[in-house]
Amino acid sequence: MIGDYTLLEFSSILAMQGFAGLILFSVFVLMALGLAIIFGQMGVINMAHGEFMILGAYVTWLCSGLVTAYAPALFPAYFFIAMALAFIVTGALGILVEWAMIRHLYRRPLDTLLATWGLSLILQQLYRSVFGAREVGVSLPDWMMGSFALTDIIEVPINGIFVMALTMLISLAVFLLMFRSRWGKQVRAVVQNRAMAGAVGINTKKVDRLTFGLGCGVAGVAGSAFTMIGSTGPTAGQLYIVDTFLVVVFGGAASLLGTIASAFTISQAQSTMEFFMSGSMAKVLTLLTVVGILMLRPEGLFTLKMRR
Amino acid sequence: MQQTNPASTSKDFLLSVEGLTVSFDGFKAVNDLSFYVDENEIRVIIGPNGAGKTTVLDLICGRTKATAGSIRFRDKELTRMREHEIVHAGVGRKFQNPSIYEDLTVFENLELSFPRGRGVFGALAFKRDAEVVSRVEEIAEMIFLKNQLKTEAAILSHGQKQWLEIGMLLIQSPELLMLDEPVAGMSVSERVKTAELLHRIIQDHSVIVIEHDMKFVQDIAHRVTVMHQGKVLSEGSMDHVQHDPKVIEVYLGH
Amino acid sequence: MNTTLYTRREWIALAIVAALILIVFPVTMDVFRLNLVGKYLTYAFVAVGLVLCWGHGGILSLGQGIFFGLGGYCMAMFLKLEASSPENTAIQSTPGIPDFMDWNQVTELPFWWVPFKSFPFAAAAVILVPVVFAYVIGAAMFKRRVGGVYFAIITQAIAAILTILIIGQQGYTGGVNGITDLRTLLGWDIRTDSAKFILYFVNAVLLIAVLVLGQMVRMSKFGRLLIAMRDKEDRVRFSGYSVADFKIFIFCLAAAFSAIGGAMFTLQVGFMSPSFVGIVPSIEMVIFAAVGGRLSLFGAVYGALIVNWAKTSFSETFPELWLFAMGGLFIAVVMAFPNGLAGLYRSHVEPFLAKLTRKSPPSPAPDTAPVEAVKLAAE
Repeated sequence: MIGDYTLLEFSSILAMQGFAGLILFSVFVLMALGLAIIFGQMGVINMAHGEFMILGAYVTWLCSGLVTAYAPALFPAYFFIAMALAFIVTGALGILVEWAMIRHLYRRPLDTLLATWGLSLILQQLYRSVFGAREVGVSLPDWMMGSFALTDIIEVPINGIFVMALTMLISLAVFLLMFRSRWGKQVRAVVQNRAMAGAVGINTKKVDRLTFGLGCGVAGVAGSAFTMIGSTGPTAGQLYIVDTFLVVVFGGAASLLGTIASAFTISQAQSTMEFFMSGSMAKVLTLLTVVGILMLRPEGLFTLKMRR
Repeated sequence: MQQTNPASTSKDFLLSVEGLTVSFDGFKAVNDLSFYVDENEIRVIIGPNGAGKTTVLDLICGRTKATAGSIRFRDKELTRMREHEIVHAGVGRKFQNPSIYEDLTVFENLELSFPRGRGVFGALAFKRDAEVVSRVEEIAEMIFLKNQLKTEAAILSHGQKQWLEIGMLLIQSPELLMLDEPVAGMSVSERVKTAELLHRIIQDHSVIVIEHDMKFVQDIAHRVTVMHQGKVLSEGSMDHVQHDPKVIEVYLGH
Repeated sequence: MNTTLYTRREWIALAIVAALILIVFPVTMDVFRLNLVGKYLTYAFVAVGLVLCWGHGGILSLGQGIFFGLGGYCMAMFLKLEASSPENTAIQSTPGIPDFMDWNQVTELPFWWVPFKSFPFAAAAVILVPVVFAYVIGAAMFKRRVGGVYFAIITQAIAAILTILIIGQQGYTGGVNGITDLRTLLGWDIRTDSAKFILYFVNAVLLIAVLVLGQMVRMSKFGRLLIAMRDKEDRVRFSGYSVADFKIFIFCLAAAFSAIGGAMFTLQVGFMSPSFVGIVPSIEMVIFAAVGGRLSLFGAVYGALIVNWAKTSFSETFPELWLFAMGGLFIAVVMAFPNGLAGLYRSHVEPFLAKLTRKSPPSPAPDTAPVEAVKLAAE
């Protein structure tokens, strides 16, 4: 007996909260993957990452509206189209931003942090001017709604499972791209020795630009997933940026697997604690724990001991 | 090869490194290394790239923490001390690439290394008095920068930057100086002057030098330690190590 | 020698700032405007701290709002308790506690509020609470060699946590509205025009004191060490300095400056709320320092004045343009004007003045450009 619950009820509640946290986990993973690629591989801090995510959310929302209006038959599948579009649109914006701004700021990480914060303000206002200040939400196709019952008490939301499956696929794709493909080898070569990579014929500028674009594109996909747990507004992205940075740092900036583990820990801790206390206190406790651990172990959870 | 009787006599050495080991994720960059440095000795460490030479200096000055082994300097165990405490104990370190404060003048660079006002409040209360000025000028003369005192360090030549960093060590009056490739990137005439500077320095300091330039090594070294794969391969006079078959094998063998 | 001349020029710049805020503003403005400028100047305290900590030391804190807020809250707690005397709060179900506690069914003053009934305690807490907090953060981070981007992110996260905490615990903190309806300081009504006038001068004098203190730190060996640490941290360490101690000190000093600003904000504006603590206000404080010139203490004052004046007038007339302007400002100070107004002054105005003074030797009149810019700002 724990409180007023039996042990079975209690563990079921924990499991339910865990499943409810799946979408948050997915958003964290996708956001953090993008940030980790950009930060871990290029040393650039992208404070506008939340706004890139929200762009993906707006694309998804537009898609849902357009499909409903012009091609209702496609509606059950629109989410796939929306995700692909979100990736393309945010990735393209990322490439544009890299060209206009970021490439002038390599090696000045603190400055990229301020400049991309400026970009985030501009994007927020842009969204407000174009889409209005009101928050918007998307409607889901029928097959993604509802949940199936695992046991008498535990119900699993279908969209959560769906988004998590997609997230895992995308993470796997990113992993393969970074560690198994020729292009990923080029990226890692540039990270380790920019001058040498250039000397052996790698177009380092192109690698930088595409890496930044990829990171932003993944954030766009995170935006698609985000539409299922929150309503999309101009400043919604800002709320996630700190959490996501903590996810990246907590996981050890250079480790993709660490990023996923850390996103899981943080989202599940928050989701579970939300059952026992107010949402804000759950968030305070989660973030405080993470910051506390980072103060004791600044290199994050999963890092190699390296010669400095 | 004469100095293989350790422990009992180690007190007589300025620096005794014994059984020093450091591993990075299982890779032993320095493996059970022992060597001893006398007072007023110039010891040169040579070895192929990746032999662990710079890591040894990092370990002595506390930049890297040893996995095992001991580094005794006089009667202090350096492996347990923090970097600035090791400096206070009398060990100075020059880095491979000239590490100076580019935004400050030569005078200010030397002044910051003057061993007074090293605490937070000491630095706030620090006064540029006659003692400081005369000591800075004395050192500047030694490192051939007397006429550049007001120059911003960023616009010095590469060789002058190397000298400035040596000067920044000298002004601390350390007993042991560790120089990582002091003549790298220097012109021939600068090398000659640097050798001259080193000869002057050893009159009252011990020096450990890492160097690749064999002519320079021959010129300055009292004893040479050859490192290979984190271990001492050979030790002795330049002549001795040059004819050591193990050394020839490593340098020419493959 | 070069350095002494430099000092003299800096002291002239200080005299101009002092003349501007002690004479020009009070003479030319009504109390409402003056109070507004006083509010802007409280941010200058933060910006001055950032110039030392970030500009000179290379330590970018994105959490200065934490210290501004803690200083402000410590002052607000004292004022609130004074305003919540049993007579004033007789209609509450529990008289004698702050109104927001009563609204949130808190029936007893929390123990950590009790000492704030004493003014000496509250005044000490204004400085000590933020400094101790900064010390804990600084010691944990700098001793473990955490710096740069990591430090910026951690401080930002702490600012976010503190904001959520303050908003969430509204029974004890006043929540999102903050601590409002502050009336008297030791019986002296701070809401009157004359009080606002006097508080403006207290604020201005404190700011000048902070500038002088900052300048002393800057001109000492400590100041040169800060720059040296920013460039070559390892070299400083291997010259026998404990780098962490120096970083902790400058971070605590910047926190103390911010806290004074926060307390003066509370006194002049009459309330304190979480909207001055979180991520957005904290990073905006960085822009004040950046606009003034991240290496210029006096620039920080002009930066705080100009950006805040622009913010007030933009958000009244073209609210939708303000975020564009602010965003553009962030990008511009990083990409185009990394040394801010001070840099522009040095590269454009100073050579021009040098030409003028060569023609008519005895008039050393530097810094007129920022003065004019601020005069414009004040109109």
